[in-house]
Amino acid sequence: MVKIGVLALQGAVREHMKSLEACDVEAIAVKRKEELQDLDGLILPGGESTAMRRLIDKYDFMDALKEFAHAGKPMFGTCAGLILLAKDLVGYSEPHIGVMDIKVERNSFGRQVDSFEANLAIKDVTASFPAVFIRAPHIVEAGENVEILAKHNDRIVAAREGQFLGCSFHPELTEDHRLTAYFTQMVKEAKAKHFV
Amino acid sequence: MITGTDLVKRGMAEMQKGGVIMDVVNAEQAKIAEEAGAVAVMALERVPSDIRAAGGVARMADPRIVEEVLKAVTIPVMAKARIGHIVEARVLEAMGVDYIDESEVLTPADEEFHLNKKDYTVPFVCGCRDLGEAARRIGEGASMLRTKGEPGTGNIVEAVRHIRKVNAQVRKVVGMHEDELMTEAKLLGAPYELLLEIKRLGRLPVVNFAAGGVATPADAALMMQLGADGVFVGSGIFKSENPAKFARAIVEATTHFQDYKLIAELSKDLGTPMKGIEISSLAPEARMQERGW
Repeated sequence: MVKIGVLALQGAVREHMKSLEACDVEAIAVKRKEELQDLDGLILPGGESTAMRRLIDKYDFMDALKEFAHAGKPMFGTCAGLILLAKDLVGYSEPHIGVMDIKVERNSFGRQVDSFEANLAIKDVTASFPAVFIRAPHIVEAGENVEILAKHNDRIVAAREGQFLGCSFHPELTEDHRLTAYFTQMVKEAKAKHFV
Repeated sequence: MITGTDLVKRGMAEMQKGGVIMDVVNAEQAKIAEEAGAVAVMALERVPSDIRAAGGVARMADPRIVEEVLKAVTIPVMAKARIGHIVEARVLEAMGVDYIDESEVLTPADEEFHLNKKDYTVPFVCGCRDLGEAARRIGEGASMLRTKGEPGTGNIVEAVRHIRKVNAQVRKVVGMHEDELMTEAKLLGAPYELLLEIKRLGRLPVVNFAAGGVATPADAALMMQLGADGVFVGSGIFKSENPAKFARAIVEATTHFQDYKLIAELSKDLGTPMKGIEISSLAPEARMQERGW
């Protein structure tokens, strides 16, 4: 069975764990960088990206996360997690983990009163996915190797670049586990390839 | 595309889990809080201990302060409205505040009814001391709860009492037979359907933070161990000697609430925490926790 971690510094950790378990994989809450070692994939959950970043720095997680990415292991960022993955952030000179070739703008749909639910078509997943956007970011620009999976009102809200998957919304808040299942499939494929 | 749904409003609170929400009274404090890793700030005119000291009627903050804080940080901004004060709540919603606290820290505007929070697009957090109060607030549309404690005292005893009480009552409901829940609803003064939902989920349907008396990193970790989803810190931070250091220590203790060596390290040389108040020295009418119905 593959093991997938959820970065558990802050945010919607429990929901991602539940979603992973519903997809029949082993879910592990990661609070220490040492815990990254025997994982096959990692989810960066929704939460407050500034708060998560501070804790990442404090516990010296950053290099371990970059190594995880360089080892070719799949990573899935939702909302704040998408911000952590992006190579470029609107209004900031430095990215966080900075491994996915996308430019992301924070809080780009407005404040909490503008947060919304919408049905999305997600390429390779479903024609109708219940997406919950909360003070959500969006992908302003995507590199040439990035595959755009979903758009909402002409804005890119889900994308994949090889081992990296990111979305603006919160699949973990609904009972629809299809996007998580898509990620677990990515992890299984990456692991199989690694062993060949 | 729809806004203001339960999923969107409750989901916002889910994203705050494991974090610390800090009271601030100006842009400078808000920036210190954000820099320290707060998941949100509560914009106020005075922190609870100063509200206590000032006496008189405590109202919604001057919109100028709220506006200043909204502009200063990118993390969510909360603000307090008086219990039952429809217009204060609407004003804060119109200003784009991310969450409203219908709070007993301010002087209640209505001694009988709370706001009908379902009517609003903005989500609400409300205080509770037991499951009956928690369930009534959720029934009115609160998307997040916080146990009340006794605000502005720097004394954790009431916060402990309330989080233990709520969680013990949740466990009781979860363990009860469905046949028994209607009578339990009557005894608690809680909506029956909510008790059914709590039994089905095995927990409250919304996030529950702890508040009211958290004054040290160890206090924050204690609340997490007793089952809080996160912590509100009011007077504790900006009434301490070194707010930036204090704020960082509280954030870390909340994340790693079972790492006692770490808590020992980060509790060193923090300077004097706020001066506390022994609860029995507070006259009953001075206890903010009694406000709310």
